[in-house]
This record gives sequence, structure tokens and C-alpha cells, in this order.
Amino acid sequence: MQEIVLAPINFSNPELIDKIVTELGKFLPYKIRLNTLQLDISFAYSNERKQFYSTKIIQHLIPYSENVDGKFTALVEVDLFIPVFTYVLGEAQLNGKVSIVSLARLHEEIYSGISDEKLLIERTVKEILHELGHNFGLIHCKDWDCVMHSSMGIEEVDIKGIDYCANCKSMIQP
Amino acid sequence: MEKKHKILVVDDEEIVRQSLFAWFREDGYEVDMAENADAALKLFEKGKYSLILLDIKMPGMSGMDLLIKLKEFDPDAIIILITAYASVSSAVKALKSGAYDYITKPIDPDELSHIVVKALYQKNLENENVKLKESIDEITKPDNLIGESHQMKEIYSLINTVAQTDTTVLILGESGTGKELVAKAIHLNSKRKYFPLVTVNCGALPESLLESELFGHEKGAFTGAHYRRKGKFEMANGGTIFLDEIGTVSNKVQVELLRVIETKQFTRVGGSETISSDFRVIAATNENLEELVKEGRFREDLYYRLNVFTIHIPPLRERIQDIPLLANYFLKKFTTSMNKKITGISDEAMRFMLKYRWPGNVRELENAIERAVVVCRNEKIQLDDLPFRISSYSLYNEAEDKSLSEAEKRHIALVLQENNWNISKSAEDLKIDRVTLYNKIKKYGLRKPE
Repeated sequence: MQEIVLAPINFSNPELIDKIVTELGKFLPYKIRLNTLQLDISFAYSNERKQFYSTKIIQHLIPYSENVDGKFTALVEVDLFIPVFTYVLGEAQLNGKVSIVSLARLHEEIYSGISDEKLLIERTVKEILHELGHNFGLIHCKDWDCVMHSSMGIEEVDIKGIDYCANCKSMIQP
Repeated sequence: MEKKHKILVVDDEEIVRQSLFAWFREDGYEVDMAENADAALKLFEKGKYSLILLDIKMPGMSGMDLLIKLKEFDPDAIIILITAYASVSSAVKALKSGAYDYITKPIDPDELSHIVVKALYQKNLENENVKLKESIDEITKPDNLIGESHQMKEIYSLINTVAQTDTTVLILGESGTGKELVAKAIHLNSKRKYFPLVTVNCGALPESLLESELFGHEKGAFTGAHYRRKGKFEMANGGTIFLDEIGTVSNKVQVELLRVIETKQFTRVGGSETISSDFRVIAATNENLEELVKEGRFREDLYYRLNVFTIHIPPLRERIQDIPLLANYFLKKFTTSMNKKITGISDEAMRFMLKYRWPGNVRELENAIERAVVVCRNEKIQLDDLPFRISSYSLYNEAEDKSLSEAEKRHIALVLQENNWNISKSAEDLKIDRVTLYNKIKKYGLRKPE
């Protein structure tokens, strides 16, 4: 039986995690297991960019995923980057086991000054489903209603749908 | 099967090549990499690329010189230059030498994505137009736009006619008739389908946030705006903007909408740059806009700007032959998602559904079937499984019994329903005491909906 392990790293708000797990469960045909981690990820920090290098964190998490029969998604609150880009909302091993999602740019208050937890949960679920899709081997989908549509900014995260299209959904079945 | 685009990434830094390789692969592109001009030229001789990303500063032959050479081989090649340092003079030089665009490292993923999509879209446009003409007799529908009635067939024909133009469309219909689905069908059958359909629920827009929502804002435009955000009109660039509940917008908003629809230009809040956006407008309302114009509540100029091509969606009660089709579609949808073994809808329940007036239209039918699937304990949906409002309405219409007690039963049922089964309030409305009401509920076998 495959499972999805959701691993919040150094997370400050456990109640939010519970809400994310509840919402996430509506879209995945897998059991979701929480594995809260306290990890020193300073090795991935760039002093120059004041951000964390997501690929390095993913490499570091591979041993943690070894006993997982399924996929392993880390959740962090810090801002992520890969060197060529100004930032990334998440990163995944295509056809692999590990992915990472950052909530740093998903908070509505940094855009409009207005806090909106419901929107934060929706955006986080979309990003988790998206990165998990890559773990299952899915590439970006052309359908704007599909959560596998690429989203390069928060506006596109909001526009795209929260579930997989029928075609993508068929690819993530157990 | 759609042919994959091939992309060539030329950069001397391995980490850049690897990052872009992974990023484009997630988009489904085939990607080749070259660490210098010589390697790039060798690859270029062997295969054709839809797009080339070229670092401007490399050891040996520079990116700029390579650009000129590649353009000699293939004048149509789309080449995007990347560099660590932006300067106006090098940008101008790159564009004059035939580069499609010019971006700086670290790259804003949003910017790169849009440049690539736009470039490849333009390349595809000719083929796409041919395909659209070939498929003129059939339209792509969202899954839940359902109906075989002559009214719906007429709507499909209108969607087909208007989709392939850029004409503004006004969709009219009662709440729950599926106006957004028709908008989606128009978008999906247009050449704009690879760009987003952006929905603006005008009724839900607080005026204070309106400008920022529609036109976006720059970083620092107001307290709390730590990041730049694009507005709905900018996000609809290349695609379609769907202005739902257009009849509810205030006069101030109407002025703003008219201006941007006419000019297709705006500035972000706190910004000075004029932004152009190529969007198609589809608006929808359940109100009588003509009446609103007469009453002075809707601007005449905006009305004429929107009312170019109108599609009127009939209420469900005027296309009852679609009810079994819709009901069975929703039944399948909800039994699948709830994993329930319900094989169909009983004749009695279907008969009642055909008689009911469905003031909430298809949305109400969907909700009714969802509720019925939740409570159903039989093989087929029974009348009792339908929401109380529907079954009590039907009692009025179906009952053969003209007796006073039957009338009393129906009246009590409706009063209870209106008061959401608040016994005290219902007893007060009926001008009887609570005990009497309880006795009558028991006597007539009335049940509170779950």
C-alpha cells in the first residue's frame, strides 16, 4: 500500500498542517502520513541571496525517504531558489520520490496585506499536488483547470484548478 | 499525438544548464545542452530546434557571435539571450541581431515561462488555425455542459460560431443555468485556449480592492504589498476574461471596466508603466441589463460594448428533456466519488424531478442529486432521498388528494421548510402552539431533512 509522507520541516504552525492534510486528502487516493522534522538546513542557505537552495535540501532528504513506500514531500516556510531562477515555489524529482514545497510566497498578506488562511491552504495544497504529480512522472499540463499546469507566480497558482484533470489523475492512481 | 518542441540550452555554467534542463523537461520539452558555441553548432547541424536559450558571455565564441551564426543557418530560429548583467545597449544589439528576447540571470521563472510560451505559441499559430478550421463542426465542451434538447443544440451552434472570433459575448440566464460553463466552452474552442480563462466574480469584488485585483499593483504600492502582483486583466493576456455577475458592479467599477475594455491598456497600482493586454471579453448576468440601463443603474455605453453577441441560456424548466440526462450524469459523478453502489433513479423520483420547477436550475439539480446519493440506502434514488424542498413542492403538484387535511399537511411542510425547521418560529407563523405543531408533524409523517 503506497502512502504519501508529508514532512513539515521546522514548521511553526502545527494547526495549519492539520488543515492542509485534511484538504489534501480530498484529492489523493493515498493515505497521507505526517512526519514532522526538526532539521538544520543551514547548509542550503545562500548568504548572497538570503534564500535556501531547494535541490540541496532534496538531496539531504533522500535518506529520510528510503523507508517510505510511496512519495515524500517536505514542507518548509523558508524561501527557496535554484541558481538560475530568482525563486521557486517548489521542486520535485521527476519520476522520483522526494519533493519540496515552500509556503514563503503563498501567504496572501505579502501581496495584499490581508491575511487569508483559506487561500493559503488552497495554494499550499495546489503546490503539493503539483510537485507530487512530478514525482509520479507527470509533466506540466496544458489544461488551466489542472493542478499540473505550470504556475510561475502566485497569480497563476490562483487561476489554475485545485485537482488533476482526468488524464493526469489516471497517471497518479495506485 | 502532439509533437514535442525541442529546446537547446547553451551556457558554460553546468548548474545553469542542468537547472534549465530540469525545468523545461517538466514542461514536456525535449532538451539538448551545449557548454560552448562549438558544441551548440554541432548540435544545430544535426537537428532543428524550436527555441534556443543562449548565454551571452561564454569562453571562446560569444553568445552574440553565435546568435549571428545560428541565424545564418536558420533565419526563423527563435533565440533568447541570457546574461548575468542587463544593459540597454547589449539588449538593443541582441534584438537588432535577431534575438527574440533578452533576459537576465537570475531569471524570473514567470518571465521566462511567458517568453517561451509566447514564442512557441506564435510559431504554432498557423498550424493551429488550420486545425480550428478543420474541426468547425464539433465543439469541445466542459464535461458538465450537458443537454441534447433543441435549446442546448442551438447554444452549441452559437458557441461554435462565436468561439473562433474575438467578438465580445454576453451570456444571459438565471442563476445556476451554467453561464460559466458556456464561457469555458467558448474559450476552449477558440485560438486562445492555451492561455487562461480568468474569471472575475464582479459581485464579490469590494470596491476598495478593485483596482489592485483588476490591474495589479507594484511592490510597495500600499502597506503590506511586499511583492508585485499582476491583475486579472494582465493575467488574461492571450486568453479570455470572464466578467461574471456584470449587472452587480457599481458605477465607478463600470467606468473602469469600460476604459480597459476599450483601450486594453492600464497601469498597475503604484506603477507608471502602461501595460497592454490582449484579452477577449465574455460577460454574464442573471439580471435584465436593458432594464438596468433604463433605470440608470448600468451605463449604456458599457452595455453596448458588451452586448455584441448574446447567448441566452434557458432555465432548466424550459428544457425538461435534459433533466434525465443531467440527473444521471450527476448520479454517476457522485456515486463514483462517494463509492456508493446506486444503480439509478426510481421512476417516482424521476417523475417528480420532471415536474419540479428547479428555480436554482442545473446547480440545484446537482445539489439535489448529491444530497440524494448521501442519504440513499437503496439500489435506486427514491423520492424521499431528494431534498425536502423538492419533494414538498412536488406534493403540491402531484397530489390527487384535494382534502383539507392534505392541504394542511402541505402548508405545514412549507412553513417548516421556510423556517429551516425552527419549531417555535413555525408554530408562531402558523398561529398554533408548539405541542400542536409537534402532533401534526407526527400525524402527517413529516421529516426534517438531514
